[in-house]
Amino acid sequence: MADRLVIADREFGSRLVIGTGGFRNLEIMGEAVRASGADLATLALRRVDPSARGSIVEVLEKAGCMLLPNTAGCYTARDAVTTAQLAREAFDTDWVKLEVIGDDRTLLPDPVELLDAAEQLVADGFTVLPYTNDDPILARRLEDAGCAAVMPLGSPIGSGMGINNTYNLRLIVEQSRVPVILDAGVGTASDAALGMEIGCDAVLLASAVSRAEDPTKMAEAMRLAVEAGWKARAAGRIPRRLYAEASTPTEGVPELT
Amino acid sequence: MRIVLNGEQRELSERASVREAVLASGATGEGRGVAVAIDGEVVPRGRWDEHELAEGARVEVVQAVQGG
Repeated sequence: MADRLVIADREFGSRLVIGTGGFRNLEIMGEAVRASGADLATLALRRVDPSARGSIVEVLEKAGCMLLPNTAGCYTARDAVTTAQLAREAFDTDWVKLEVIGDDRTLLPDPVELLDAAEQLVADGFTVLPYTNDDPILARRLEDAGCAAVMPLGSPIGSGMGINNTYNLRLIVEQSRVPVILDAGVGTASDAALGMEIGCDAVLLASAVSRAEDPTKMAEAMRLAVEAGWKARAAGRIPRRLYAEASTPTEGVPELT
Repeated sequence: MRIVLNGEQRELSERASVREAVLASGATGEGRGVAVAIDGEVVPRGRWDEHELAEGARVEVVQAVQGG
C-alpha cells in the first residue's frame, strides 16, 4: 500500500478531501480547512453575486489546497460538461468533481447522464473524479471511461447516515485500479474511519464538518479518523469470531481449590 | 442592445463586448474565479474583449462559491 494518495500522477499529503459547502462564512471555512489538513478542496460556480465578500479561491490557496471545482446542481450531461468547461476557464484547472444528479430529494447521481458526461470530459482532456452511486458495475464503467478516481457515496449528500452498503463499497475497492474516494454521507469520525478500514484511498466530506457545532474541532476529528482508519487497514485487523479467544495463556493456570 | 444577463433583462451599449457584460454583472473582470457562457457556450477569457454580443444573447457570468 502506497503511503501517499496519488491521483492522476499528482501526490497528496492528506487522504482527506474537504468540501467547502455549508460553512457559515469564509473565516470559519478557512480555519476548518486548515485543521482538516486537506490539500485538495472542492468549490462550485454560481451566478455572480455582487454583494458577496471575500474570495474563496484566495482562502483555499492560502490554506495550501489544490482546487477541485464541482458540477453540483447539474441534471444533464450537457450542463455538467459546460459547467466543467466554465470551471476550467475560471480556475485554470482541468480537474473536475463530476456530479450529475437525478433527483432533488435524494441527490443521487443519474448513472446514464454521469457516464455520458464522464466520457465527454475525458475526451476533452479533463481529469475526472466522478461522484457515483455505490454500484460496482457503474464504478467499473467510469474507470474504463478513463476517470482518474471513482467516488462512491456512503449515503445521500448531507444525510449523515454514514455508509449504507459496506458490501458494495468493498466490491468497488476490490476491483478498482484507480483511487476510491468515499464521497457523501459521512456524519461523524467513525464513518470516515470505517471507509478507510474498508480500503478506500481517501474520504471526501463537507457537511459533517461545515454543519457541525464546532467545525474546526470536527475537521481535526476527521483528519485523525482518516489517519486512524488508514493505519488500521494497513496494520491488518484480526478476523471477526463468533466466540471468545483468550489472550492470556490457558496453560499454567494454578489449581487453587 | 438588450441581453439576458444572469437571468435578467439588461440594456448594454451597442456592440458591447463580453467584458462589458462581465463588468455589468458585478464581477471584477480580471478576477480569477470568473467565467462566462453565452447561449450555453463557454467564451475563453482571452476573447472577452473581441467577442461582441448579439442582440438577445443569454449571458451567464459565474464565479467561485463554496460547494461540494
